[in-house]
Amino acid sequence: MLDARVITALEEIVGLEQVTTQKADRICYSYDATQQSFLPDVVVHPANAQEISKVMLLANAEKVPVFPRGAGSGFTGGSLPTRGGIVLVTTRLDRILRIDGDNLVAEVEPGVVTEQFQQAAEKAGLFYPPDPASLKFSTLGGNVAECAGGPRCVKYGVTKDYILGLEVVTPQGDIIRTGGETMKGVVGYDLTKLMCGSEGTLGIITRIVIKLLPLPEAKKTMLVLFDSIDGAAQAVSEITRAKIIPTTLEFMDATTIDCVRKATGLDLPETAKAVLIIEVDGEQGMIERQAQRILEVVRPLGVVETRVADTAAESEEIWKVRRLVSPSLRKVNPDKFNEDICVPRSKVPEMIRRVEAIAEKYAIPIVNFGHAGDGNIHVNIMVDKKQPGIEEKAEAAIEEIFAATLELGGTMSGEHGVGITKAPYIPMELDPAAVAYMKAIKRTLDPNNVLNPGKIFLEDEKTFHRAS
Amino acid sequence: MSKQKKLADYKEEIEQCVKCGACQAHCPVFAENKKESVVARGKVALAHALLEQEVELDERMIADMSQCLLCGSCFDKCPNLVPTDEIIAAARREITEKHGLTTFGKGLTTVLKHPRLMSALAKSGKAFSWLLFKQVPEKSGLHLRFPAPFVSQDRTIPAIAAKPFRERHPEFIPGDRDKPTVAFFTGCMVNHMYPQIGEAVLKSLRFLGMNVLIPHEQGCCGLPAVSAGDGATVEELAERNRQAFSRREPDVILTACASCNVGMGKHFKELGPEFEKLGSRVKDINVFLVEQGLVEKLAALPKKEPSERVTYHDPCHLRTQKITREPRALLQASPGVRYIEMEGADRCCGLGGTFSVYHYDTSKKIGARKAPGIAESKADLVASACPGCMMQLQDTINHAGLEQRVIHVLELVARDLETD
Repeated sequence: MLDARVITALEEIVGLEQVTTQKADRICYSYDATQQSFLPDVVVHPANAQEISKVMLLANAEKVPVFPRGAGSGFTGGSLPTRGGIVLVTTRLDRILRIDGDNLVAEVEPGVVTEQFQQAAEKAGLFYPPDPASLKFSTLGGNVAECAGGPRCVKYGVTKDYILGLEVVTPQGDIIRTGGETMKGVVGYDLTKLMCGSEGTLGIITRIVIKLLPLPEAKKTMLVLFDSIDGAAQAVSEITRAKIIPTTLEFMDATTIDCVRKATGLDLPETAKAVLIIEVDGEQGMIERQAQRILEVVRPLGVVETRVADTAAESEEIWKVRRLVSPSLRKVNPDKFNEDICVPRSKVPEMIRRVEAIAEKYAIPIVNFGHAGDGNIHVNIMVDKKQPGIEEKAEAAIEEIFAATLELGGTMSGEHGVGITKAPYIPMELDPAAVAYMKAIKRTLDPNNVLNPGKIFLEDEKTFHRAS
Repeated sequence: MSKQKKLADYKEEIEQCVKCGACQAHCPVFAENKKESVVARGKVALAHALLEQEVELDERMIADMSQCLLCGSCFDKCPNLVPTDEIIAAARREITEKHGLTTFGKGLTTVLKHPRLMSALAKSGKAFSWLLFKQVPEKSGLHLRFPAPFVSQDRTIPAIAAKPFRERHPEFIPGDRDKPTVAFFTGCMVNHMYPQIGEAVLKSLRFLGMNVLIPHEQGCCGLPAVSAGDGATVEELAERNRQAFSRREPDVILTACASCNVGMGKHFKELGPEFEKLGSRVKDINVFLVEQGLVEKLAALPKKEPSERVTYHDPCHLRTQKITREPRALLQASPGVRYIEMEGADRCCGLGGTFSVYHYDTSKKIGARKAPGIAESKADLVASACPGCMMQLQDTINHAGLEQRVIHVLELVARDLETD
C-alpha cells in the first residue's frame, strides 16, 4: 500500500476528485484485454501534460511505479499495473485541437478515440488510414504507444507512418516535443519513431501531430473464395504483380471458414478452403478497372465463388463475414491465446501449414485469419482454461509457432506489441546485443525504472531462447 | 421465494466478459463520464468482485450500479453477448433487498449528495400537474420515474391527462368479424400523459378492422421497477398483467411504447414459464402494422402538400431488438410526411427510466448530443416510438433553443386514416 503522503501529493496535483484509492475503482483499472488483472494502489486521472509531469516527478522522488493507460484494450498487457503503484489514465486528454486541411495535418490529445478522429477528419474531406480492429474504442495515444496496425496497412502503412510529432512527458518528468509539423525534418534523432511502439516505457504521450491524406472518392469490396490456401496466397502475389495495391487483403483459412459457417449458418460453400476479402479505393473509374483486373488475375487460381459489392449495403454484407470471425471462435473453445505473427507475404501458405502441423501435434484447435497483404496472421489458439494442463500445452505450441515464424523470416508481433505476454519470448527474436541496446536506452531515460516497469523486457523471470 | 434471478445466477455470463473494452464505444453514460466503473466492462468486473466477496455492496457500489440507463446498447454490441443490463438489474435487486427500496428506488442518498446532479426540489412543479398526478395509481411506473420531490424543476414534462386514456374507452371495441382480436397494452405514459398516442393506435387498428381489447385491469410494464431494483413490484405487476390479458385470448398484445415492449415482452417472461404466454404475445405496434400491410395502404392515400419534414429517433429499446426499419417505413409512407434521416438517429436520448431522476445532469448531457443532428436535419417534427424518449427529446429540444415538436410515429400514421 502506498504511503498516505503520496496520495495527498497526488490529490494536490490532479485534484481530489481525480484520485481514487477505493477498491472498486482499483478493480476497474486492474485489467486490459489480456484478461489478466493486477490491482493498482491508486488511480489518477490527470487533465494535462503539466499534471502528468508533476506525477512523474513525484513518482521518481517516491520510487513508485506509474502505469499509463488509455482505453485498456491492449492484447499484451502494456497498461497492466503489474507492480501495483499508480495507474495514470489519459482519457481526460480528449480534445481534437485542430484539423488543418491546407497542410494536411491534425493535432490531437492522446485520449481521443481513433474512430471519432477519423470521422472528424472525414467531415473535412481528409483521411486517417490506420484502422486497428479496436478503432471504435481504442485511443490514439494507445495506438501510437503500441504502433497499431489494421487491414488498411497493406496500402497505407501503420500508425507510425502518420505521426509527424509528439509532445511527451519523459519518465523523469520533463515535457519535450519530438518531430514537428512538416513532412520532412532530420534535425536530431527521430524520437517520434522511437516513441511509436515504445509501449509506454519511454514516455507518456500528451499531444500527437498527425499526417492526413485526402479522402479517397470511393471504394469497392470483393469476396473471393478459393479451393486452397495456396490459391489465395498465389492471388495475393498475382494482384501485386498486376501492379495493384489493394486497400485491404484480408484472409480466412479453412478452420476459420468452418467456424463461421457452423456458428452463424452463413452461406459459405464446403469446397471453400480460403477466403480473401479484397477492397480497393480511389477515384471511381480507376477502382472499377482495378476490381475487374483483380478478378481476371485470380480466376485461374482455383476460385470457388466471387461476390462483388455494388452498394454500401453489399459491402457491409461482405465485411460481416470477417466481423463474425471473433464471436464464432468461442463456439470452438471458450478461451483463446491470440497471437499476431507476421511473415513475408510469400511465406503465408507455408506458415499456415506449419501452424496446422503444430495444431495437430498438440491436439489444440488453431484458427488463422488476418491480413494476407502484409503477412500479418492472427493465430488463435483455442483452449478451455478449465482443462488441467492446457495452458502449459498452449504455451509450448506458441513457442513452436514463434520459432517457425522466425525461421521464415518473420516477427512474433505485427501489431499487438510485447507487453508482458510476449516478453518471455523476446530473446528468441532479438540478438542479446540488440536487447542490451534497448535496455540501455530505457535505463538512461528512466534510471529509477518507474515508468511502466517490467514491460517488453523481463528482468529475471522465465524466458525462452532461440534454438541454437 | 423470488422468481427472479440472483446476481449469483449470472456467474457464468459474468465470466463470459473477455474485457475487450468494445462496450466503451456504445455506452451513452461512458461518453459523458469516461470512468471505467461506468461502462459495462467495469460493471461486470464489479459484479464479479461482489460474487467473489472482494468488495462489499456499500454506498460506493450502489452509486456505481445506478450509473446505467439499462438501454442494452452494450449487450447489443458485445462480441460475447454478456447481458450487462440483466446483471445490473440483478445487482440493483440485491441492493434493494439488503438496503431497502428507499436507498435506491426513492432517492439515492449517495448520489443525491451531489447538488449538481440533483437540483432543488420541485414542490410546486412548474410544468407538472401534481394535483392530477395524485390520481395516478400508486403502482404506476410514473411514480418511480418521477418520485414527487425529486424531479428537477428544470425539466419539461407533459401535463397529466384529466381523463386517462383507458377510462375513455370500453374494454372491447368490436371490428370486422373476420379480423383477429388484438389487445392494446397502453403503458402508464400513454394512459396518463400522452392519451393522443392511444387514440392514434386505436384509430390505426380500427382502420384495419381489428377487434381491439383494452383490459382496464392492466398495470404498469414493470420496467421502472426493474430499473429501481424493486423485484417484488415487478412480480406483482407481471401477475396483474397476466390475469388482465388472459381473458378473451387475444392473438397479440400491442405496445406503442418501446420500454413497455421490453418490460412486458422480456422481463416478465424471465419470471417463469407461467409468464411465457404473456410475454411471447407482446409485439411492437410498428412491426404489427407493417405486417398487416399498412405501409402499402398508406402509400395508396393521396399525397398532401405542403408536406412536413419529419425525422425519426430510434428508441434504444426498439433498436436493440433490431426494430428500426418498420417505424421508418410507416413514416415514409404517410401522406404529408417528407422523411429525413438525421445524424445520430440511433443515439440514446438519455432518459433511462429512473436514471434521469438520479443523474439528471448526465441525462441532460446525453440528450444534448441529439440536438445537433435534430437541428441539421431541419425537421419540423421529430418522431419516435417511445413516450419516454419523446418526453426527453422535447426537453432536449427546449433546452437547446430549437423549435421542433416531438410526436409519436402513430400520430402521423393515423392522421389521415379514415375510420367510420
